[in-house]
Amino acid sequence: MLTARRLGKRYGEKRVLRKIDLDLPRGGFLVVTGPNGSGKTTLLRICAGLSQPTEGTIERGAARAQVGYLGHEPLVYRELTALENLELYGRLYRVPERRERIGMLLERFGLWEVRHQRVVSYSRGMTQRLALCRVLLHDPELLVLDEPYSALDEAGAELLDAQLAELRGEGTFLVSTHDPARVQPLASGSLALVS
Amino acid sequence: MLVTTALALVFFVAPNDASLGFAQRIFYFHVSIAFTAYACFAGGAWNALRHLWKRDPRADLESYVCVHQGLIFGTLVLVTGSIWAKIAWGRWWIWSEDELVLFLVLYLFYCAYFMLRYSVEPGPQRANLSAVYALFGVVLIPVSFAAIRLAKAYFHPEVFTLHGPNFGGWILVTYCVAQAAMLVLAYTLYRLELGAKRLDVRLRRLREALA
Amino acid sequence: MSYARDVGALARKDLLLELRARDTLPAMLLFVAAVFVVFHFALPGTPSRLETSGLLWVAILFTALLGLGRAFVPEREQRTFDGLVLAPCDRSAIWLAKSLATLAFLVAAEVVALPLYALFFHRVGGATVAAVLLADLGICGVGTFLGAMAVATRARDLLLPLLFLPLAMPIVVGAVGASVVDSPGRYLGFLALYDLLFAVVCWASFEYVVAE
Repeated sequence: MLTARRLGKRYGEKRVLRKIDLDLPRGGFLVVTGPNGSGKTTLLRICAGLSQPTEGTIERGAARAQVGYLGHEPLVYRELTALENLELYGRLYRVPERRERIGMLLERFGLWEVRHQRVVSYSRGMTQRLALCRVLLHDPELLVLDEPYSALDEAGAELLDAQLAELRGEGTFLVSTHDPARVQPLASGSLALVS
Repeated sequence: MLVTTALALVFFVAPNDASLGFAQRIFYFHVSIAFTAYACFAGGAWNALRHLWKRDPRADLESYVCVHQGLIFGTLVLVTGSIWAKIAWGRWWIWSEDELVLFLVLYLFYCAYFMLRYSVEPGPQRANLSAVYALFGVVLIPVSFAAIRLAKAYFHPEVFTLHGPNFGGWILVTYCVAQAAMLVLAYTLYRLELGAKRLDVRLRRLREALA
Repeated sequence: MSYARDVGALARKDLLLELRARDTLPAMLLFVAAVFVVFHFALPGTPSRLETSGLLWVAILFTALLGLGRAFVPEREQRTFDGLVLAPCDRSAIWLAKSLATLAFLVAAEVVALPLYALFFHRVGGATVAAVLLADLGICGVGTFLGAMAVATRARDLLLPLLFLPLAMPIVVGAVGASVVDSPGRYLGFLALYDLLFAVVCWASFEYVVAE
């Protein structure tokens, strides 16, 4: 699904990634670890297709419509409601049976009651849960998650655990985290970045 | 060397223009520099296209250097044009001279190119933005020119215009030599700057690899 | 067509955001009124219809710049640009949707500005209204495009006017010409040509502005 050879990324003078090799087969679950500043976010952005590497090659077996990306930012509009945000992404990703799927996800992540409130009024945990809804909305084959647990409260983290376990057999995962033990049972491989 | 020949021809050989005399000679430089500047901007856009289309890794730098040269020559166009206007009509600026106004607009446009370039971190995004903007530039050239001409209809008709001498004989030869000289000069400066910038990049990469 | 649907979804989002935030449109209205007052005090003697026509266009241009500077603020501040870029839609749809939304605001501002101008200075003719509409298309198309470029830079708000004004010069010529000349057809045609030409260029190259 994802193959990278000697991947490198430079921002101006600063070298952020150096000669990374990566192999993620279809159905795999790769955990990326490393200290802050080791380039995890940059690597995941490149894998999701948001960024181009300055050296090396990357091959992605999934089209844009099949990739789900969760970054440090939730990528939702604060002045819109949860429902409006998901409606927008649902339309852009041409999600079939949009309304039902949105409803199902909101309910699963405990946001159904607040679906008509603007995101600006949400707590950080709630916003991150909405971001997860956004990521899963179009049923992506490749899930790229950058520290998904970091903004979640305990209840949200448990929801995510359940969700990942449920989807484990159907998708391919690339997850970066500071807490590899949490996802260890699901992992098929790991990649440690050094700064 | 070509430039020296051109200078020599312009000052000694070409006949004196009937109405303006010796000072008229600046015309040779002004027009040839203008043409060279257009060529530079066109070169910049061509390289920009190569960068976006073919993804040629060298094209971005080449585009930038072309535009830089274009801006240098553009400055000279405005300066020589201004001197010519002063000589011909006693004023330092003339709005009714189409080409001069066009160059003013282009000058502002390409100065903004540099502001854009220096406001973004080096990288693929900077290259893309610069390339797109350079392409906008070439589209702007004919559109602006048409606009300037259209605008004449609603301005007060000014009697000031700058005329070149009627081409013939030595004048044509001198002009061609000057033009060739300017193009060669531009090309030389282009290669010099390109070489220097490439060296810069290579040095930086080496320094980084050692770090 | 799915492209139209994408544009519709995105434009709806932009309009909703502005309706909620309620800052850009009121600011544009106040700005244009204030600018007219400044013009009155800035012009000694009684200006002719010819002179104030030009000022109308200066006011429109700078009011538009005010709105254009705000166009990509939600995408910039909340990093939602990434979200839009990840989506499978054609990237040019982002530009088109944002242009249409900005156009809506600009027209809304002009609905107030033109009568105000007629009140303060001189009557506005049919050719001027036509010129306003055509010029708006060019201003919003090119301005939104450059706004997206400026958002990626450090200088941002500083850069947008610098990038925009040289490109806006032909619009000013076409618009002012149409407002003052007896047979405005040529100028209106020129504006239409400008709009078409730059719309094509913007549409084709927006991909390169947003994707890395």
